[in-house]
Formats: sequence, structure tokens, C-alpha cells
Amino acid sequence: MSEAQSALRGTWHKGLVTVAEAGLQGMITLRGQTGEAGFADAVKQATGLDLPDTRTIVAADKRAIAWMSPDEWLLMCPYEDAHDMVAGLRAALAGRHHLVENVSDARAMFTLDGDDATLREVLAKLAPVDLHPERFGPGEMRRTRFAQVPGAFWLTAPGAARVVCFRSVAQYMYDLLCVASSEGSAVGYFKP
Amino acid sequence: MLILECPCCGVRGEETEFHGGGEAHIKRSGPGSSDEAFHDYLFAKENPRGVHFERWRHVYGCGKWFHAARCTQTLEVFGTYSAQTTEPPQDIKDKISARRPGWTWREFA
Repeated sequence: MSEAQSALRGTWHKGLVTVAEAGLQGMITLRGQTGEAGFADAVKQATGLDLPDTRTIVAADKRAIAWMSPDEWLLMCPYEDAHDMVAGLRAALAGRHHLVENVSDARAMFTLDGDDATLREVLAKLAPVDLHPERFGPGEMRRTRFAQVPGAFWLTAPGAARVVCFRSVAQYMYDLLCVASSEGSAVGYFKP
Repeated sequence: MLILECPCCGVRGEETEFHGGGEAHIKRSGPGSSDEAFHDYLFAKENPRGVHFERWRHVYGCGKWFHAARCTQTLEVFGTYSAQTTEPPQDIKDKISARRPGWTWREFA
């Protein structure tokens, strides 16, 4: 049995904020029809989580479920639980139109920690998103573009963010985040 | 800069988060149609200076297709609406009429 490794094996860098590759993270893609009667209940039964509203993420315990598109969600759980979670979801959704796939090894996740205003600035340098505190807060999920690659991010708390991207561009994403948070590059745009 | 609002997820984003999909409301002419109709379907496109209808995809976001009504001259966006329609909805046409009285585009006005 091969030993699973995350894309960058937990590499981290401390600049304006601390950027770290989050290590192994269970991620499951779920697709289905949200309007279908019983769909949300079946997901709740299998995961213990309610389907989130548009552009939001709900987290509980070590699990989270994020809205990705009108018919797609990203479910996060401990890496070693992903396989069983997929089996549970497939059983709960049997007979319905759905897709459940374990994508843990196809993705990379990064954590960003630091001062809230500085962290917003680091993200705003890379993604075309309005990151003013009144327009974007914890609990909101945003799929967007980081420089030249697709990615998604959310704030887990003020001053703490997570970024997910495809594993194939993990090094590129890490380099981007490190450059955007390099010492001396602060603009102070979101400083009160 | 072109600012579009995706009607599927509500994100108001700038152009680089989206991808243009060409002219909107094109009627397909396939097998059985005349050569002229097929030629026009493939090649004859509107190229207006002013009101234009296009298909766009929120490629870096929710991934869904939608329609946009905009002005090619000023980049003003009159509105975005569902991809599951064969003609612009009346409220979009009203918004355009308020800003560009007398506009026409193909068979729409």
C-alpha cells in the first residue's frame, strides 16, 4: 500500500501572513439536484450537515460542506474518513440522480493566517474579488481565479483563510501566495 | 472593464472571471437546411456598435452559462439572464429601451 502524500508536504512560509500547505485533506465532490425532494435530507443523513445556501460554507466538527454551483457541493472531512463518507453518501443517494467522487488526491489546500486586513490584501492581489470586510466575511465561499488558475477560498475566522485549488497547480498557487505576502509588499488598502 | 453579474450564483465579477461564448439566440440550421441557411448559421454574425446580446460562461466560478445584454461601445451591461431561453426577457428589453430608445438587434426591438 502506498503512503498518501499531500501536494507540497506541509510546506509553509511566513511573510505578511503565514502561508502553509494544509496537508492531507479529505474532499468529496457531490452533484445532484438541490430542488429534488429528499435530496438535502439524504445528504444530511449521510454527512450530518445541511446543504449550504448559495455561495456559503457550513462547518461542524471536522466536517464542512461548501456551495460550488447550483448543482455542486464540496464536502470536506478528515482524509482517512473520505472513503467511508463516499460509500455512505452513495448508499443514501441510491436511486437518485447524483454524482459522488472522492477528489482528495486531486486537490490541494492552503491555510493563510495573520492580521485580517493584511490577509484580505494578500487575497485581493491575486483574485478579482471585492474583499472589503463589509462585502466578504467568514462563512462565504468564493470560487474565482488566482492569477492564472482557478481556485476557491473562504474565511474561517477574521484573519484566517483557506484556499483550495487543483493539485496540479499547487506549487504555482503556493508561489503566488508567497509572493503576494512577501515582506515589504504591504499596501495597507484595507487598514482601518 | 466589463462588469458582469452571474444570474446563477449572484457573483458580480469582472470580465476575466468569465468567458465569452459568442452571439446569443442563434437558431441552429443543421442537416436538411439549405446551404445558405447553414452558411449564415455558421458565419453570419451580428457585429453591432451598441446593443448586443451574448452568451457568457462563469468559467472560474459556478461554471454555468448565461446570457448578457450589453453595449459594445460603452461596455454598459443592461442585464444578465438565464441561458434557458430563446429570446431576451421583457424586463431586459425594457431596461435597454430606457437607455437606448429605438434599439434593434436582429428580430428583437
